[in-house]
Amino acid sequence: MSEILVLKNITKAFPKVIANQDVNFSLQKGQVHALLGENGAGKTTLMNCVCGLYQQTSGEIFINNQAVRIDNCSQAVAHGIGMVHQHFMLVPELSVAENVILGLKREKDFFIKIEDVEREVAELSEKYHFGLNPKAFIKDLPVGMQQRVEILKVIYRQASIIILDEATAVLTPQESEELFHIVENLVKQEKSVILITHKLSEVMRLADQVTVLRDGKVVGTVSKEKTNERELAKMMVGRDVLFDFKRGKELEKSLKMNVENLTVIDTRGIEKIHQLSFSLYSGEILGVAGVDGNGQLELSEALTGMTTYHGGSITLADKTYKHMSTKESYRNGVSHIPQDRQHTGLIMERSLEKNMILADYWKKEFSSYGFLNQKSITKHAATLMQSFDIKASSPLARIRELSGGNQQKVILAREISRGPDILIAVQPTRGLDIGATEFVRQQLIDERDKGTAVLLISTELDEIMQVADRIAVLYKGEFMGILDRDCLDVHEIGLMMAGVRKKEMEGGYDEA
Amino acid sequence: MKPKNKGSIDYKRILLPFAGISAGLILGGIIIAMQGVNPFYAYYYLLYGAIGNKQSLISSLLKTIPLGIVGLAVIFSYKAGIFNIGGEGQFYLGAVGATLVGTMPLPIPALMHVLLCIVAAIVFGGLFALLPGYLKAYKGFNEIVITMLLNYVALLFTSLLLQGPMQEPGTFFNRSSLFVPTALLPAVFPGQRLHWGIGIFLVLALLLHVLYRYTTLGFRIENVGLNRRASRYSGENTKHLMLFSMIISGSIAGMAGAIEVMGVNGRLVENFISGVGYDGIAIALLANLNPLMSILAAFFFGALRNGASSMQIATGVSSSFVYIIQAMAVLSVITMPGIPRIMKKMKARRVKNHA
Amino acid sequence: MLNTFLGLVFSTAFLASSISYATPFVLAAMGGIVSERSGVLNLGLEGMMLTGALFAFMGSYYTGNPAVGVLTAIVASMLLGFIHAYSCIELGSNQVVTAVAINIFALGITSALFNALFGISAGRVTAPGFASIRIPLLEKIPVLGTALFGQNVFVYLAYILVPLTYVLFFKTKIGLNIRASGEFPKAANTMGVPVEKVRFYSVIYSSAIAGIAGASLSIAGINMFIENISAGRGFIAFACIILGKFNPIGATMAALLFGMTEGIQLRIQAAGIPVPYQLPLMFPYILTIVMLLLVGSKFSPQSWGVPFFSDDDQ
Repeated sequence: MSEILVLKNITKAFPKVIANQDVNFSLQKGQVHALLGENGAGKTTLMNCVCGLYQQTSGEIFINNQAVRIDNCSQAVAHGIGMVHQHFMLVPELSVAENVILGLKREKDFFIKIEDVEREVAELSEKYHFGLNPKAFIKDLPVGMQQRVEILKVIYRQASIIILDEATAVLTPQESEELFHIVENLVKQEKSVILITHKLSEVMRLADQVTVLRDGKVVGTVSKEKTNERELAKMMVGRDVLFDFKRGKELEKSLKMNVENLTVIDTRGIEKIHQLSFSLYSGEILGVAGVDGNGQLELSEALTGMTTYHGGSITLADKTYKHMSTKESYRNGVSHIPQDRQHTGLIMERSLEKNMILADYWKKEFSSYGFLNQKSITKHAATLMQSFDIKASSPLARIRELSGGNQQKVILAREISRGPDILIAVQPTRGLDIGATEFVRQQLIDERDKGTAVLLISTELDEIMQVADRIAVLYKGEFMGILDRDCLDVHEIGLMMAGVRKKEMEGGYDEA
Repeated sequence: MKPKNKGSIDYKRILLPFAGISAGLILGGIIIAMQGVNPFYAYYYLLYGAIGNKQSLISSLLKTIPLGIVGLAVIFSYKAGIFNIGGEGQFYLGAVGATLVGTMPLPIPALMHVLLCIVAAIVFGGLFALLPGYLKAYKGFNEIVITMLLNYVALLFTSLLLQGPMQEPGTFFNRSSLFVPTALLPAVFPGQRLHWGIGIFLVLALLLHVLYRYTTLGFRIENVGLNRRASRYSGENTKHLMLFSMIISGSIAGMAGAIEVMGVNGRLVENFISGVGYDGIAIALLANLNPLMSILAAFFFGALRNGASSMQIATGVSSSFVYIIQAMAVLSVITMPGIPRIMKKMKARRVKNHA
Repeated sequence: MLNTFLGLVFSTAFLASSISYATPFVLAAMGGIVSERSGVLNLGLEGMMLTGALFAFMGSYYTGNPAVGVLTAIVASMLLGFIHAYSCIELGSNQVVTAVAINIFALGITSALFNALFGISAGRVTAPGFASIRIPLLEKIPVLGTALFGQNVFVYLAYILVPLTYVLFFKTKIGLNIRASGEFPKAANTMGVPVEKVRFYSVIYSSAIAGIAGASLSIAGINMFIENISAGRGFIAFACIILGKFNPIGATMAALLFGMTEGIQLRIQAAGIPVPYQLPLMFPYILTIVMLLLVGSKFSPQSWGVPFFSDDDQ
């Protein structure tokens, strides 16, 4: 057995943070080495140094015991390194074959013989059971297939080291299982795989070795045989208990929002939400679980007026809407923590204080006769900065200059301080460190205790299980069922995430 | 990021446009020297012609007015995220509207007649911006190409009118009749050519300054331009607001056209101004989209052009070289935000070479 | 009257003149389309054409060789292309405003230089230009022959450039890189496409071709330079690209349309048909707007006009 890739004392510093510090890592040929860590632990940054997207600030990279410099992506490819990114690096307007050869240096000839490439792609697809049509356009392929194109791209470049970044994040359990088979196949063909993940089950299922990262540093490297999930969890988080939230007593419930037969069709004509009906009550958190891409974004956008829906109705404060604008949603007491905070929830070029009144500028407190009341705007921001512990140089600081966690706190502070009847939160802790994550989750629970109706849409099942009173599972735009907190069964939720209805399970019918 | 040293930033803000203008002056000087004229001699006449005495100052201000108001028009739509390249077309249409009303003898007081002309221009200019505004805001079309094409339509349409129904009776020139005296913009100082358009420009600049700095409407418009999605998220009907901004932008440009014909020529003449839409863009960006700064930027443009005409008469040097200076000034301002990036890149390269 | 009109329109002479009017549009569009497809909005085609026109004239005037004129045109317009590329790609400046500045700059420098070198009243200075070249055999084809193959060298260049551009985009590696850079630069960069370099060269290339397009205005026929001789043709070429859905063939069709209407307009005037000259001139612009409305808005490259920096650590 030989070491194919060794990282020695890698440090990667950004202007504001140190992402990796003195990281040592070694990958054996023909093995699967998991890089385990929480969100923000520095796993992806480390691997981006290996695949040439970033350059390490200090430290050395060895490939087959030779020190190498990887200044850009093509050098990484030349060294046999291929990375499948969490966000796919595919050009939607190009075909599968075109994407596969994009940026390839091997081909000396000026002209592309696309037919040859298509044949080769078809052969590889056959060999690994990918089932890909080389002529298809990426924009027409489902997420799971796109991922296979990514893997095929790497194989086509004859990578010997394949890095998979949170590869199952967007897959159903079944698709994940198929992916695991693919990984096992790769290892059989003498490829070495690095698995970036925060899922313990994945590590235990696939890995030979595990390196755990926390706060950019290596906590330790262990072989899978000599460890267990409990120990890995402890290494990853640095303490035994993950999260312990104070929840208040249940309050008397009243109906806050009623959704009936909601249907959303996206711009490409694909139905993303199908005849969805549910009710949301005061003083509860309804968690919507499910794999990414099953209509989460569309659901949240329909409920908040960000997108038009094509069927059904939404009832808010005794008013039933067949169409709803963001203004109608907002004026009926709906607050919204959007999935994409930088592009939706904030104006990055604006100051913190102006972002705090983005929707509330019209209130008496902040303006009169159409003129902004600058003093009270600043005061308002300063107050919220204190109560939500937002770290910024002043209320005048530009949002762009804040860290991701503080940006999220700005949104949270704004949406909660408004005193909403309904709070719709989408992936509110994505990309946050543990402290900020805990803070956000506690805030959601506090809101619930105050009597707000909270809808939490998250692909982090842990998050949902920790805070939700009821859990709905979204699959292909439909709820597979809604479970109560008291009678939770992870296995059951897993099946629902894969598209099995609760009713079907009760009837003893098993689709899988 | 390190805490910003406010002093050094301001320093750069002044230095770079200064460097740009200097480069333009040097380049222009070389071309002047090629003609066998002493560049300093030419530049003396340029300066003297621009601000040397009362008459030249007034001429400079006269050139400033249309450029400045169109600059404000560009700012208005740009703040909402629409690039109005169609300032020229809206300018012409505004002038047509004003001419329709202004050549008609009406039994109303002079001030009323002037206002009516301006209202007509506002309506015409605004309507002409309606289509591109609607297509951009509601249908996602590229506003640049549409407004650009509409410029040609407006210019040709104006000349069509001036050759047909609006032509002054008994002339071969493509021009309208003279405005009736009640519809002319009065002079600021009796007997001088400077008209009250300068007052309208200054007040408008101040109004826009107040709008963006202190009002909720300005806040909302800027939000749309900075991040349309976030603006919609905050409960805004972004489509309405964008369309509104484009129409106002067109109205302002139209008003500029009216002011020019009512204040300077007293009649609408075919092709009486050229490139004013693009100049407006240059001024708006030279002013960094700041309405008050646009007063300075417009005066810079106006004075240069006026001075250049005097220089051409005195020295025989073509006036068009001032475009070089203007272009360099604009380039230096718009490239400024990118300078730190280049510095960083060069520094990184140096570090790499040393390693 | 209609018959006279139709007779004029469908004549060899009309076809020939339409093609020659369309040539500057076609050339500029074939250059511009490369820049646009790579993701850099190039509205500076106008200024690059204008600069090309003057420098072609100068090169030809001073050396007596119009081919040298074309070379000087290419070099001069490439300098402008370099400014546009540097400002838009390296500095990330607004691409429209950069182009506006470049166009103002070009207007200034061409007028000033021309007046400095040839005097303010240099109305009638001519330089050697390209004459028409009749291509043997092909020229003999009835009706089309002389129209298509009795043209000047720029027209033939346009004939070659259109299929070449198509092949470049859809059959070569460079074309694939250009398209990917304009659609999703981050993905392209990750896959090893040097996006900034691709964009840089695309802009430089587009400026070179725009320079040739400018040369075709000054030294192929009239053999003179007139202030602002391009008169918005670069903008029209830009419109042609959009109307042609960023496809070389489509853009060429649009350019031919503009060429034809220019031809029609001159014919109408020559024939003394009592239609105001503005109407046929207005027609292509209105038609373009209408066609844009019909074609829709969804064809531009996804990252058109959006700066990209491969070293962004965000």
